[in-house]
Amino acid sequence: MNSKPLNFALMGLALLAIWLLLSGLYKPVLLTFAVLSVLLTLWLSARMGVIDAEHHPVWAVARYLPYWPWLSVEIVKSSLDVARRVLSPAMPISPTVFEVDASQHTTMGRVVYANSITLTPGTVTLALDGSRLTVHALSSDTIDYLLSGEMDRRVTRAEGQRAGNEPEPPSR
Amino acid sequence: MDLVIDLLSWFLILVGGAFGIIGGIGLLRLPDFFSRIHAASLTDSMCAPCIIGGLMLQSGLSLVTVKLAFLLVFLFLTSPTASHALAKAALHGGLHPGARHPSAGEPPANGGHEAADGAQG
Repeated sequence: MNSKPLNFALMGLALLAIWLLLSGLYKPVLLTFAVLSVLLTLWLSARMGVIDAEHHPVWAVARYLPYWPWLSVEIVKSSLDVARRVLSPAMPISPTVFEVDASQHTTMGRVVYANSITLTPGTVTLALDGSRLTVHALSSDTIDYLLSGEMDRRVTRAEGQRAGNEPEPPSR
Repeated sequence: MDLVIDLLSWFLILVGGAFGIIGGIGLLRLPDFFSRIHAASLTDSMCAPCIIGGLMLQSGLSLVTVKLAFLLVFLFLTSPTASHALAKAALHGGLHPGARHPSAGEPPANGGHEAADGAQG
C-alpha cells in the first residue's frame, strides 16, 4: 500500500486534479503546463523527501476523513460557548495555561491534535514539545474537557496503525 | 427544493456574519492578547466556514464550488498555523499568558521572558 511508485503516482494525480479544477480551461497549451508543473513539484517533493506514508497528502486525507465531522461538531459547540462568554455582561473568563499529553506516535498525528485544539475556539496550542502540549484556554472549564482526552483518543484512532516505513518521531 | 437550498444558504451566511461580529466584539472586550486570540479564532473557525458553506450552496455543482472547497481546506490548514505563530511570538516577546493550571507545573526556566522584555525597548 505504501510503495514508492504508487505514492508518486497518487501524488501526481492529486496535483493534476487540483490544477485542472482550479484552472477549468482544458486547452492543449495549458495542459502541457499542467503536466510540466506537476512533474516539477514531484521532483522538488522527492528532493525534500516529503513523499512518504506519513506526509503523503492523499493518505493523510483518507486517514483523517472520519475525524473531520466530529471535529466540526466540536468547533460549533465551543464556538457557541466562547460567543456566550464574550457577549455575557459579566464576561465569565479565566485565562489559564495548562499542559496535556499527546498519545499520537507520528509527528503528523501530533500536529493534527495540536491544530485541532487551536481550531476549536477557546483553546490555543502555545507549544508542542515532544509529546507534551502547552495550551492556553479562555476559561478553566474547558481544561477538564481536554484533560479527559477524548479529542486525543480520536486523533490517535484516526492516525491508525504505524506503517512499517514511517520514521521515528524525534526524541525530546 | 430551490427554496430550501436558498433558505439554508442564507441561514449559513447570516450565522457566519453574526459570528464575525461576535468575534469583533470579543476582540474589543477581552482584556489581554492571549484571550483575544480566542475571539479571532471564532471568526476563523466559525464565521468564514459558515459563509463559504452558504456560498457553496448558492453556486451549486460547479467549478466555483470546488474552488470554495479548496479555500475551506486551505483556511483550516493555515488559520491554526497563524494563531500558533502569533501566540508563540507573543510568548517569546515576554507576554504573560495568565494563570497556570496545576498540570502545567513550573514555568520553563529558560529566563528568556525577562531578557525579551528588556529587548522590547
